Amino acid sequence: MLPGWRALAAAIALLMLLPLGVVVAALAIPTDGVWTHLATYVLPDVLANTLTLVVSVAVLSAALGATAAWLTSMVAFPGRRFFAWALLLPLALPGYVIAFALAGVFDYSGTVAVLWRGVFGATMPRLDAASASALCLALTLYPYVYLLTRQAFLTQGQRSLEVAQSLGLSRTAGFWRVTLPLARPWLATGVALVVMETLADFGTVKVFNYDTFTTAIYSAWFGLFSLPAALQLSALLLLFVALAVSAERFWRGRARYVTHDRGARRQYLIVNRWQAALACLFCALLFAAAFAVPVVQLLLWSIETASTELNSRYWSFLRASIVLALIAAALITTLGLLLGYSERRAPGRITRWATRIATLGYAMPGTVLAVGFFVAVSALGDVVDVRLTGTIAVLLLAYAARFLAVGHGPLGSAFERVTPNIDDASRGLGVGGFALLHRVHWPILRSGAAIAALLVFVDVMKELPITLLTRPFGWDTLAVRIFQLTTEGEWQRAAIPALAIVLAGLVPVLWLHRHSDRAG
Amino acid sequence: MQVNIVTASLRTLPLIAIAVLLGACNGSDTDTANDTASATQPSAPTENAPVVVYSSRAEQLIEPLFAAFTEETGIEVQYVTDSAQPLIERLKAEGEDTPASLLLTVDAGVLWFAEQQGVLQPTNSEILDSAVPEAFRDPEGHWYGLSLRARTIVYDTRELSVDDLTGYADLADEKWKGRLCLRTSKKVYNQSLVAMMIAEFGEEQAEALVRGWVANLAQPVFSNDTKLIEAIEDGRCDVGIVNSYYFGRLQRTRELPVAIFWQPEALGGAHVNVSGAGVTANAPNATGAAQLLEWFASDKGQQMFASLNLEFPVVASIPVDPIVAAWGEMAPSDQTLVDAGRLQADAVKLMDRAGYR
Repeated sequence: MLPGWRALAAAIALLMLLPLGVVVAALAIPTDGVWTHLATYVLPDVLANTLTLVVSVAVLSAALGATAAWLTSMVAFPGRRFFAWALLLPLALPGYVIAFALAGVFDYSGTVAVLWRGVFGATMPRLDAASASALCLALTLYPYVYLLTRQAFLTQGQRSLEVAQSLGLSRTAGFWRVTLPLARPWLATGVALVVMETLADFGTVKVFNYDTFTTAIYSAWFGLFSLPAALQLSALLLLFVALAVSAERFWRGRARYVTHDRGARRQYLIVNRWQAALACLFCALLFAAAFAVPVVQLLLWSIETASTELNSRYWSFLRASIVLALIAAALITTLGLLLGYSERRAPGRITRWATRIATLGYAMPGTVLAVGFFVAVSALGDVVDVRLTGTIAVLLLAYAARFLAVGHGPLGSAFERVTPNIDDASRGLGVGGFALLHRVHWPILRSGAAIAALLVFVDVMKELPITLLTRPFGWDTLAVRIFQLTTEGEWQRAAIPALAIVLAGLVPVLWLHRHSDRAG
Repeated sequence: MQVNIVTASLRTLPLIAIAVLLGACNGSDTDTANDTASATQPSAPTENAPVVVYSSRAEQLIEPLFAAFTEETGIEVQYVTDSAQPLIERLKAEGEDTPASLLLTVDAGVLWFAEQQGVLQPTNSEILDSAVPEAFRDPEGHWYGLSLRARTIVYDTRELSVDDLTGYADLADEKWKGRLCLRTSKKVYNQSLVAMMIAEFGEEQAEALVRGWVANLAQPVFSNDTKLIEAIEDGRCDVGIVNSYYFGRLQRTRELPVAIFWQPEALGGAHVNVSGAGVTANAPNATGAAQLLEWFASDKGQQMFASLNLEFPVVASIPVDPIVAAWGEMAPSDQTLVDAGRLQADAVKLMDRAGYR
């Protein structure tokens, strides 16, 4: 039985090993002079920029996400019920769309800048490229942290905090010393996803002209015509990611998190009026910056362009987006579950490495992964004479390679709660086999699985490079439509497909919200 | 235990099944096309077999052309869009199994690279050879330019007049300090421009000129041409370099205090690049693809191709759009565009060295 689980984990890792193989094989290809050039003129700046960006986005998203999660799950303040789900909405917006919309609002000729000049009679101070990129990315990515830490706060219950207070800790001290540490696996998973997204991001930094490692990868490929050099840079990037992942594991250490009290009636902390107002203000500002303002800007653009842009083809874009996102969510969540079970049933070096490899794809720039995957599948197809290219199978497998980290992360945290003790206790009570899974494991894993499915769903809706490269005819998605328009600089017209993505993403977000609160 | 996991996965099956069913409806009308494309391979395509095009030119700029072509010839056109480089890799990976017969893209550098990678085959067509001037096509007919995109100087009409301007090289002069605006060097348009400067002046002088530009910048480089033109409109810079059709698009929306300047023929003319296409090396329908290419070079094709995006027809006798005509006579540079491809990597390195971000 155990070798079976190991084989399964290895098979899942194979998905990512395909593009990884192409990347590693590229290390053997000489790239005369490109590296010397890159090392002298490009990499020093780019590495410093990337490091700055990753650290600031991680810190900002963690602060915004965890604060919002704590407020909406623990504190009674006006608007709490609304913000609890509303703060998830930015998930549905592609990062580069938020960036462009915010740039449209705050740019020299944007509404805010014009108002500023009118009121103060001077040019509005501008954010530099570094801060603007970091801010925009944090506003798009904080929901990962929010969603996961909120889950942790909701399910860990308040008993631990009550105990802490009964032992003489103040509320604040209780938060820092009990609540937050207990939420650490969730916080760490959220931040890890944020970091990987940031490393792979190309669209957002491009809007602000901020040169990062990903920019260098594309510039080596598109500008210097050297795909091998681009792949070699990707290998370096993945090495960083592998280190970061190991560091996260090390940081988490041997700690185990088992608290899970269900059924206790939820009580919110009662705070004074000023504190409640402050909580409300924080959530309102976050919601405005990350969602309301960009969406209003998109709405305005949509109205302007609706007559030329909107037509019946949108039904087919919408259908393609939803169908792909649904299948991918089901597939990837299932793979995540299987991987989680493998780790649990057959812990050891093989499953550990399989998990690490399988989840690397999230940090790889999308286009590089797409090409690596396509090349590998084509080459493999020649060997075994099976032609996957040109079907949606290759598209879905490539999604799996890219988003397994998203499907696995939330489940990984949930699996930590299914302790061996639970199994033993259940068996002792005569609950085994399917009943154990159905009645004991699934209720614990359910919310994690729902989060995983939601994240994959919205990520696939936004996904571009893989869809572009591997879609068969007739599978143009909303994101593909955005691409068509933005490559020609028609950002205003791209507002309509962007809004459609937001609307389609609302449904699972709302569903998940009801689901997760019930689970709490 | 294993059985149980399977049962758990089974719970998601209905979801998958629904999605697949939905998907089947979505894909059904196109599957047949796919089959036809591969069935006609390798040599003798049936009469009026569809042509599959891989295009990095955006959908809205090509779809009306394909529709017109289909109406005239009865040949159906299918297309997949993506960025140029991934499409080239896709062609390479698909090899003999590719459904695509034509690669349509912008920028001579990309076309040159596609030819170098062996994904294009020569088309021997007298129609194309006589319609498309030599400077704007591959000598062996691997690709043909289909429209010209001019990258030129725009200036603030409140601050400057035509007489103040000379050409691209002059913008490196100290008198433009703090007045010049440029778009990012990551954009292929600027890479081609600098590549052509290397071809014209040699690497050393070209680098000195680019350093001059960088020293004259009024603002950090822009992420797109439209923002650059708006910056001139707002008075944040006096002069900049953009593709003329971006200016034309903005002109359609409002009156601008900005005008276009063409570098005169005596100084080498205006820098132009092409959008173009070539028949793929493993084209299942090379005949149809060549027919489509020839139609692009026809009077009607040329007019549509250029006016859809306010570009210039590659065939000199075709009239330009009225908006474009109002910018005055443009004399395109007669440098061979193949150089833009050959020297693009050098241009990128040069800009990195010169600190042009």
